[in-house]
Amino acid sequence: MAAIIQINKLRVEYGGAMPKVALKGLDLTVNAGEVFGYLGPNGAGKTTTMNVLLGFANATSGMAQLFGVDVRQPIARQRIGYLPELTYYYKFLTAEEILRFYAKIFGIAKSAIESRIDAVLKLVELDHARKRQIKTYSKGMQQRVGLAQALINNPDLLILDEPTSGLDPIGRMQVRAIIQRLKGEGKTVFFSSHELGEVETVCDRVAIMCEGELKAEGKVADLMREHGASLEQIFLKLIGYRAAA
Amino acid sequence: MNTVFAIASVTIKELYRRKDFYVLFVLSALITLMAEAGTFFHDDKIVRYLKELCLLLIWISALVIAVTTAARQIPAEREQRTIFPLLAKPVTRGQVIAGKSLGCWLAAGLALVVFYLFLIAVCGSREHAWPLLNYLQAAWLQWMFLGVVIAMAVLGSIVFAAPSSNATILFVVVIGILLLGGHLNQVALERPEPMRSVLYAIYFIIPHLEWFDVRALVIHDQSLIAWWAVAAASAYAIVYAVLFLFAAWLAFRRKALNT
Repeated sequence: MAAIIQINKLRVEYGGAMPKVALKGLDLTVNAGEVFGYLGPNGAGKTTTMNVLLGFANATSGMAQLFGVDVRQPIARQRIGYLPELTYYYKFLTAEEILRFYAKIFGIAKSAIESRIDAVLKLVELDHARKRQIKTYSKGMQQRVGLAQALINNPDLLILDEPTSGLDPIGRMQVRAIIQRLKGEGKTVFFSSHELGEVETVCDRVAIMCEGELKAEGKVADLMREHGASLEQIFLKLIGYRAAA
Repeated sequence: MNTVFAIASVTIKELYRRKDFYVLFVLSALITLMAEAGTFFHDDKIVRYLKELCLLLIWISALVIAVTTAARQIPAEREQRTIFPLLAKPVTRGQVIAGKSLGCWLAAGLALVVFYLFLIAVCGSREHAWPLLNYLQAAWLQWMFLGVVIAMAVLGSIVFAAPSSNATILFVVVIGILLLGGHLNQVALERPEPMRSVLYAIYFIIPHLEWFDVRALVIHDQSLIAWWAVAAASAYAIVYAVLFLFAAWLAFRRKALNT
């Protein structure tokens, strides 16, 4: 299988004289067609990894590639869709306008833009509110706009940063259904989450991070068999969590 | 280039969905119409003072729109975190700077069109003369002036954390250049060294924004500026705008985005 995300010995340090090490030589590969869960407690280095992949942060050393292209090249992001943890969109635009804006940025042909907007708005069930400004949307609707913009270019790789955080059970179910559907279409999905049950349900493989280091990686079933425990128990053990007596 | 235009179009939409432009236009229109209702020195035909007042309001309003819009663009993207979904697309930081600046400049241009049409209508209806080329040259040079100011504001928005401090510093600098920029060389002559050299250096480095203030052309119905001079002034403005935007790109390209 072709590697869609390839990370080798990635090290990221923040700060000057007393640098904080966010990633300590991470090696990770995500293959085409996989749904990959990226787990870890807060401060584990998940968001830093995504920031490097998306070009928001620079690596101190090591290498990261998307589709075989260095992540520092903007063209590496041509075939990806990204959903941030919280929705950050121009609230004075309507859903339709924001999708048209991002479609233009991706260089989608004018003739194809409207049909693509129709398709993604239907997929996220926002067709009825397409002409309303985003500032009038509920949180769940804003999250669905986020998903729509992440899908506007029909990406081969979707990077989702805690896609269900803050959503109600219906919203979570809808996001899960969309991930499953994308998986069925052969797309690669790389997502971080704190919802271990959700990860167990939808992921082919997972990686567990703690303090900038990769603690475990593999298929969920293999990890559970190897450790003889549930994913939650494995997670807690690997991050060194001890419950108060 | 599509990316730059797409970013610019969002900037223009933002300006026209906010209230700033409408408030400034209505205020300028009201003040001008109130002045228009009066007479100057009991002579209905003297519209010079009306033009002077209206042009002053246009200059103030356009400057406020340009500075406040440009100064908040990148800080707002960072503060509201809209920069993240944007940069997660195949977009470079240079394109973001170019798109934002172009959007502010085009929006300022649209505002100028509205203001000048109003000025032409008010003054034309009173003096029954339509020196349209004078208005065109005045508006064009003002637009070029705003291009340089917007580029300075975008640079400032990357250097200074708060848009308000950027805008305040920029207002002081721009008004300082407009009032004193052309006299710095004369002041330098009267100063001992090393102050003389310092003042000369400043005189030759700063963009001479006062060259773009040709309100007298409209107010006193002066003969047109040579078109080659207008072209040269435009080229001068473009060079300075590009220099400021290049400096903005240098400062922004490796800047951490506070994720």
